Amino acid sequence: MIINGVAIDDTFAEAFGMRGTRVLITAQNLKWAHTAATAMTGFATSVIACGVEAGIERELSPEETPDGRPGVSVLMFAMGSAVLMKQLETRMGQCVLTCPTAAAFSGIEGGDRINLGKNLRFFGDGFQTSKQFGGKRYWRVPVMDGEFLTEEKTGMVRAVGGGNFLILAESQPQALAAGEAAIEAMRKVPNVIMPFPGGIVRSGSKVGSKYKTLNASTNDAFCPTLKGLTKTELSPEIESVMEIVIDGLSDADVRKATHAGISAVCDLGAANGVRRISAGNYGGKLGPFHFHLREIMA
Amino acid sequence: MTALTLTLKKIPQQRIDCSPLTPDALAGKSAADIAAIPLQSGKNTLRVDALFDVSGDDVAEIVFMNGCDKLDYIGAAMHSGRIIIHGDAGCYLGFRKKGGEIVQHGNAGNFAASGMTGGLLHIHGNAGDFLAAAIPGDRKGMAGGLVIVTGNAGDRTGDQMRRGIVLIEGNAGDYCASRMIAGTIGVMGATGDYPGYGMKRGTLLLFKPPRLIATIQDCGMHTLPFLKLMYKSFRDLPSKFAHLDQTRVRRYAGDLANDGKGEILLFS
Repeated sequence: MIINGVAIDDTFAEAFGMRGTRVLITAQNLKWAHTAATAMTGFATSVIACGVEAGIERELSPEETPDGRPGVSVLMFAMGSAVLMKQLETRMGQCVLTCPTAAAFSGIEGGDRINLGKNLRFFGDGFQTSKQFGGKRYWRVPVMDGEFLTEEKTGMVRAVGGGNFLILAESQPQALAAGEAAIEAMRKVPNVIMPFPGGIVRSGSKVGSKYKTLNASTNDAFCPTLKGLTKTELSPEIESVMEIVIDGLSDADVRKATHAGISAVCDLGAANGVRRISAGNYGGKLGPFHFHLREIMA
Repeated sequence: MTALTLTLKKIPQQRIDCSPLTPDALAGKSAADIAAIPLQSGKNTLRVDALFDVSGDDVAEIVFMNGCDKLDYIGAAMHSGRIIIHGDAGCYLGFRKKGGEIVQHGNAGNFAASGMTGGLLHIHGNAGDFLAAAIPGDRKGMAGGLVIVTGNAGDRTGDQMRRGIVLIEGNAGDYCASRMIAGTIGVMGATGDYPGYGMKRGTLLLFKPPRLIATIQDCGMHTLPFLKLMYKSFRDLPSKFAHLDQTRVRRYAGDLANDGKGEILLFS
């Protein structure tokens, strides 16, 4: 399959079941909502070392938020419910409770109910109060800028993490430009995040390493400077590869985001140095979700 | 099907316990069965058809016509359905009601909404003393649901109230929110003496400056973000409270003689 001069490999991305949640963060203005959300989703690129993968899904208008203030929605994914609950509580406590004017609300109505601000209330040292409206409990914690307002619970659902595709280009600037175009298109798709810096990862990994202590190491088959040393996947004209990793609330969401991203890359086409699209997998043995590139782009 | 309509023939000599006449209790009963239900009246019992003209057949909606202040326990313990009262009601209106709606066009007696845990009680008129309060011997008053009073409420509104929302568009009597455990009470008119006496937790929204006891303390003017959530929950209510939008209030906290976590929010 070739789209606008870009070859689509006959391969698939292999993704895993994860647990996901959404938090709506509001503040006095969008600047401070972003500040809280950026802090909350910091150091959350990969579950390998960060515990969770998190990112900002989109901005919210005042009409979309529970308290009528501007906000952003944050998605957070982990490999299990216990680690997700722990990370959510930690990040809420250090990044949202501390951020001026910020408030936090549930972003998923269904699913399993997990603590959002339930335990943060104890920061109030006995002066905290709760209110119930519309069947939901909120906590008011007195803080130095006024009151920190948070919903007690949010929803946790079964989700999909690790959807991906690789952009193979003739140069590093062209690979990055294609990645940026893909991310711009994918950020319009709801229910997904691309957790790596700027949505793009340049250090794709393979499972295992020659060093016993490491579980993952550089994906040498896609490293352009190792073409002559390893069993390379790259043809001579490929000089740079960028990967985009996708976490979504469902496999359909990941599929939509993959389609949006690859379409944007293909719109740039071979004329802009993009030569191939590929994907990372483990032979289909580890992850239950397989996203076949040609099937998605058909 | 038309609503089951119970038209009071004449004002009874004794108080009547109307608690058997709820949509849940009448479900599946025929007209003859309903007419034969015994109602307690003092030490006697009277058949429903001795007190009321009975018409209609839809027991999910019960209409009381010619209501009077001798009709106690209307809507007591009801779970679902709707009761409409044209005229006054006696004491214990909506007593321990768990769900459904009661809409009254008239005045309610004492202890309306006592022990209520869910649903709506809308009184287009005045409520007596101890609205949403605990009856003697109970440890908690209203514990959920919503009460709207378009007129005035008597003394001790919300005494030992545990949860839920009471919105009074008129005035409230003395000791409003006394010994309140939690929940929200709003009074658009004036309040009598000493609102919040013995208040443990909960929120009392006032629009006119109250005469407070010394153990309720002024915490200053504040813009409270949670009020936006509360107003949003009021937005669709058939009440003047649906139009609130002011988040800047003066906050009083207390009663310090009883834990002190209650608050009175005064709208200027």
